[in-house]
Amino acid sequence: MQRWTWLQACVTIPLMPHDHADHSHPHTLLPSDPALRVKALETLLTQKGLIDPAALDEIIDTYENRIGPRNGAQVVARAWSDPAFREALFEDATAVVTQMGFYGRQGEHMVAVENTDAVHNIVVCTLCSCYPWPLLGIPPGWYKSDAYRARVVREPRAVLAEFGVTLPAETAVRVWDSTAEVRYLVIPQRPPNTETLDEAALMDLVTRDSMIGTGLARQP
Amino acid sequence: MTRPEPVFEEPWHAQVFAITVHLNETGLFTWQQWAERFGATLKRHGHHTRLNGGSDYFAAWLETLETLLGDTSVADPAQLETLRHAWEAAYLNTPHGAPVTLDARAD
Repeated sequence: MQRWTWLQACVTIPLMPHDHADHSHPHTLLPSDPALRVKALETLLTQKGLIDPAALDEIIDTYENRIGPRNGAQVVARAWSDPAFREALFEDATAVVTQMGFYGRQGEHMVAVENTDAVHNIVVCTLCSCYPWPLLGIPPGWYKSDAYRARVVREPRAVLAEFGVTLPAETAVRVWDSTAEVRYLVIPQRPPNTETLDEAALMDLVTRDSMIGTGLARQP
Repeated sequence: MTRPEPVFEEPWHAQVFAITVHLNETGLFTWQQWAERFGATLKRHGHHTRLNGGSDYFAAWLETLETLLGDTSVADPAQLETLRHAWEAAYLNTPHGAPVTLDARAD
């Protein structure tokens, strides 16, 4: 895989501290302050033998290209179509998803929570941004925002409404607070009229937000 | 279908994320230690401004990592500052389009 080049950073970051529009650049554009601090960290830690640049590339490649909500969607689609799998998932999600190759690199424990007519589950991390990375990838910006982290606990129905989700009054809303040790995956309700669909077709109905609880699965 | 959001908005977000995950995997700190410190930084920053979950999130991430590595004597802040200036000088002394290396700072 192509390594991030810092030249790319110069081209893609719009607000550079060294931004001349009126003359040709005699030198390479200066990256932002945090970008330079990260360069400094990387240099020092490499000099000390504490990091391996190839391992960094591998981690970035994994999270950019190989891990994402399709992993979680596969778990959900299988839970919808295979009762034995579903039972095993709710018994020990960590073991089941590890068997599928979706293991937590940070050693976290995975828990699956199921939406029903009676209960709708939503996941947050009020501390920082704990998230089931192996199943959903890197969290979206809003998941990490103060607005979501603070408000979803206080007024989950109002937050859901902003995501376009209105639940029946009799459906209880349960908010799960992720930690460094426990990450939650919401198993959304299977949409009606999907009995004839196979696992691959079902996967396409499972959105990222439906597995966080801020959305519902798509209708076919 | 809408275009998927980029996983990392800027290259340095990816880089600081990867350094942190890598150091955790090599056993320098546990993820719980990381999350506690990171949560505390976010909370402190959130007192002054409402964090949007984008660049301010990774700014808090970077600050947490620098402080953690400083507190555990893994990366001396003064050394980091020297290297940061060295990189800045290297960028300013490298002709546009040429690869930037720390050797360029002496030009």
